Amino acid sequence: MSLKTETMVLNMGPQHPSTHGVLRLELEIEGELVLSVKPHLGYLHRCFEKHSEAMQYNQVVPYTDRLDYLASIGNNLGYAIAAEKLLGIQVPERVEYIRVIMAELQRIASHMVALGSNGADIGALTPFLYLFRDREHILSIIEETCGARMLYNYIWIGGLSHDIHPDFVRKTKEFVNYFKPTIVELDNLLSYNKIFIERTANIGVLPVDTAINFGASGPTLRGSGIKFDLRRDDPYSIYDRFDFDIPVGKGLQGTVGDCWDRYYVRVREMEQSLRIIEQAIDHIPEGDVKAAIPKRIKPPKGTAYARVENPRGDLGYFIISDGNTNPFRVKVRAPSFVNLEILGELCKGHLVADIIAILGSIDIVLGEVDR
Amino acid sequence: MMNAEEIYNLLKEKFGEAVIGLEKENPTEPIITASPLQIHKISEFLRDNDQLKFDSLMCLSGVDDANGEKIKEEDGSEIIKGGTLSVYYHLHSVSLKHKITLKVSAPREEPKVESVENVWKCADWHEREAFDLVGIVFLNHPDLRRILMPYDWDEFSEEISRHPLRKDYKNPEFYQGMKIPY
Repeated sequence: MSLKTETMVLNMGPQHPSTHGVLRLELEIEGELVLSVKPHLGYLHRCFEKHSEAMQYNQVVPYTDRLDYLASIGNNLGYAIAAEKLLGIQVPERVEYIRVIMAELQRIASHMVALGSNGADIGALTPFLYLFRDREHILSIIEETCGARMLYNYIWIGGLSHDIHPDFVRKTKEFVNYFKPTIVELDNLLSYNKIFIERTANIGVLPVDTAINFGASGPTLRGSGIKFDLRRDDPYSIYDRFDFDIPVGKGLQGTVGDCWDRYYVRVREMEQSLRIIEQAIDHIPEGDVKAAIPKRIKPPKGTAYARVENPRGDLGYFIISDGNTNPFRVKVRAPSFVNLEILGELCKGHLVADIIAILGSIDIVLGEVDR
Repeated sequence: MMNAEEIYNLLKEKFGEAVIGLEKENPTEPIITASPLQIHKISEFLRDNDQLKFDSLMCLSGVDDANGEKIKEEDGSEIIKGGTLSVYYHLHSVSLKHKITLKVSAPREEPKVESVENVWKCADWHEREAFDLVGIVFLNHPDLRRILMPYDWDEFSEEISRHPLRKDYKNPEFYQGMKIPY
């Protein structure tokens, strides 16, 4: 005998701690079973794109910090590369090296938040605290150089705002040596934790063709087993000089492309970032970091599209110039915005509690979803 | 791997009038311009052709070209009549490693562009965003709603303040009783 059941509409968010910001999900549920998920965005919308039309090119940089506020260096970098493309400037070697090291430090810091909060959302609070303790090292290294802990305004068009602090190289090396064994600790504490695996393996499986069709990028795409990383496949800056692997999901605990795979890709990526830093840190050439910053930024008429591999995926900036000192149009292709679109597909047929695990494994930052 | 000129020639041969031209003077990327009402079949061809294989849509951007006639209002602001709104498509082929930029322009008074949502699924939200912020209408889009602005924005605003990324946008005075310019 089957009982007649009714579906119920439930709002998750916008003020929910594990929606990672202000995101509202409209769930259609039947008991605990999720039938459909409809994300509603825009609670953090402040029209970055309109603001940047009223700013000069260099004034836009601090605004980019506030897109993905956990990975500000990456945002600065993408904007700077797009503007440099438009202007046709080559930046000095020293700047390139510092940019790469900073971007990789930032990637580790960002992944720490992603992994920690993914665990904390589903009940493992200890790794969260451990990771935030370690993230503090990175933040203070960057703070010493540019004076800010989260919103750096560090990478400028054509250069950097400050040269590195005299202690930067020593402290970065110290951090690399300190953090290597800590990853093992994280693995033991969370990655291979039975409860964590039970909660994330075989949950929210993202098949390869769906991932490509939806334009997923970053760890979300690589978790499904696709070896695609812009640092390797569409190299920018000086990434083609370094030797590093691209970790992909292999389905070690369940199916390829499940939450655990996406989580695990991030853990292994932190190791690869350490490798890149190790290769770069001893070879920073001498020079001036402000040499190539143009006095007056007035690019020729035209358009430029540049993209970088941010911790959350493929971050693109599309800039149109009409020959004035302000950009005519700046469009941001935010990785979280595109990755969030998949949420509806991933959650179908799972339980309400699994949505939290899935959302944590996609790792969105609402600052760049809503812009 | 093909360059922009080869891709343009291939498209021109296949679609004739629907492919309008190749802008080469752009310093960083050549742009192929196409007709807004034929873009769907062009996109399908770009994705499925063995020589092209553009399997990934990197970015889709709606742009107000502001190339129409600018009329001064009494209060000093400007409104734009005529001219075009454009959509830029940045495509990348992961397997063949080439890129191309497409552009379609539709008249400002009737900005209709075919949706490519069922060619590349990620165009869905990008098109909603272009509809929301620039006011481009995507034909055959399954769910063309606002995405970043409030759903009821239209009810509280004049026509000039519907789409914030238009160059002649004016802030409405109130939204749901809240004063907007501060």
